[in-house]
Amino acid sequence: MSAEKFSNPVVRWIDHRLPVFSMLDHEKYDYPVPKNLNYFWNFGVLAGLALVIMIVTGIVLAMNYTAHVDHAFSSVERIMRDVNHGWLIRYIHMNAASFFFIVVYIHIFRGLYYGSYKAPRELLWMLGVVIFLLMMATAFMGYVLPWGQMSFWGATVITNLFSAIPIVGESIVTFLWGGFSVDNPTLNRFFSLHYLMPFVIAGVVVLHIVALHRFGSNNPIGIDAKGPQDTISFHPYYTIKDMVGIAMFLLLLAVAVFFFPNAMGHPDNYIPANPMQTPAHIVPEWYFLPFYAILRAVPDKLGGVLLMFAAIFVLFILPWLDRSPVRSARFRPVFRIFFWLLFIDCIALGYLGGKPAEGVYVVLSRIATVWYFLHFLVILPMLSVFETTKPLPKSISEPVLATAKGAA
Amino acid sequence: MANTNSKPAKSATDPREVGRRDFIVVATYAMGAVGAAAVAWPLINQMNPAADTLALASTEVDVSKIAEGQAITVTWRGKPVFIRHRTADEIARANAIDSAELRDPQEDEARVQKPELLVLVGVCTHLGCVPLGQKTGEVKGEYDGWFCPCHGSHYDTSGRIRKGPAPTNLEVPPYTFLSDAVIRIG
Repeated sequence: MSAEKFSNPVVRWIDHRLPVFSMLDHEKYDYPVPKNLNYFWNFGVLAGLALVIMIVTGIVLAMNYTAHVDHAFSSVERIMRDVNHGWLIRYIHMNAASFFFIVVYIHIFRGLYYGSYKAPRELLWMLGVVIFLLMMATAFMGYVLPWGQMSFWGATVITNLFSAIPIVGESIVTFLWGGFSVDNPTLNRFFSLHYLMPFVIAGVVVLHIVALHRFGSNNPIGIDAKGPQDTISFHPYYTIKDMVGIAMFLLLLAVAVFFFPNAMGHPDNYIPANPMQTPAHIVPEWYFLPFYAILRAVPDKLGGVLLMFAAIFVLFILPWLDRSPVRSARFRPVFRIFFWLLFIDCIALGYLGGKPAEGVYVVLSRIATVWYFLHFLVILPMLSVFETTKPLPKSISEPVLATAKGAA
Repeated sequence: MANTNSKPAKSATDPREVGRRDFIVVATYAMGAVGAAAVAWPLINQMNPAADTLALASTEVDVSKIAEGQAITVTWRGKPVFIRHRTADEIARANAIDSAELRDPQEDEARVQKPELLVLVGVCTHLGCVPLGQKTGEVKGEYDGWFCPCHGSHYDTSGRIRKGPAPTNLEVPPYTFLSDAVIRIG
């Protein structure tokens, strides 16, 4: 039956025995997608593209990299100077890492705004948070590999977070290091794990997509598709729309790679690691700054570490903190205000994380940290009860058709 | 697709309409293929020798210290190069045979710049092992040149294959005499 769909006899022969073409066909044509998705729905595909770029460039970089404290830095410099197109491949890897986080952050805020985490997509959302955590671990370990000053001291500071754990903390840190300081064993295991984790991410991405295809995409008005009149096939409509986003993404990535390759990096990482001297002002990569700000806002070592991790884990329980039955912020006027306040709060935390931990910056970091948790733990549950939402349209088609009639 | 207001019958039957769309589709795919190839090239080309590897492509050797009958091994492009200061007897033996009968016919004088100094890439032409015969006491094979222990190839005093599976003579690398004492290989 399904084999009849293909005119090519080789495809038909294979598909009868291994139905991969039917599966692709099914995803392309039979998978119904709400017809009102806006460009914010491009960012899942863009994140997937970023992952592919990272894996491909990472594999070829690994062919030229030496994971040893005496050779790591010079092997990266050799990639930059001597390896054919090495500078290009490394700059793509560096900048695509930042772009990966940019698109994922937009993807996350898209989910927050349109309520994509709500039933029945809770597991889809939680798998996304797992991917985000894995990305952070992968990015952190990747940043250590060039073995510059920021690599070394970033690794020292982040692994030392675990020393805040009572009693067993010191032993855990020694275990992570494979010694009594960040040294060659640390670098070797980080390289091994940095190579492994993207494939783990790819695995979780598959689960993320399986969960997505169970109920299909959410959409800007946040109500379920009521039938075929509310949906269109993924191909060619959304493949073409995704291509527009991909073209923009690649264009901006090319601008960064060719004109501002080090804009999102830190110059200190072009100084070889020196275990005897810490740079005056050490900061993590920009995508960690909001969490770094939360860490430093707390005047207690263990408290800071716990709060930093809590800032991510609060996302896991978000579907149960926001109990409002209305998904999209379009119909939640009060929620929408608080959404933008949270957005500003996160940007502020990112800014403060990059500033020295002194004076007014500490005070502001504390206010921003308190607001972050207040939003998730107090405001969202209260809004679920007290907010008066706007009336929802009856179907996805209804508002579109109404506008069309009004215009005509 | 199902736009009832337009006239789908016309656009489907009009051959010019179809031809124009086909052209755009083919042009788009062709452009995509060019783009994909342009992106793939750096990823493949990075596996070719890097600039620092190419910079090691020549080696200079002082050959004046090699006594008659002695051989030294130097490294050139990561491979061993055999330099043997041949005795008069060895040169005579290399010239004594009819080279036309050899598997890889070549005169001895075509393989040297000065008859007493034989320079060879020390890699067996069979499957890349390093033949024995450089050090005193090593097996030199039945023809007193070199013997490859991997699969039993025998080379003569000119480094030509005489017996065993190797298809060709030991390669002579390109080299020039910078002075009477120093040669540059590569």
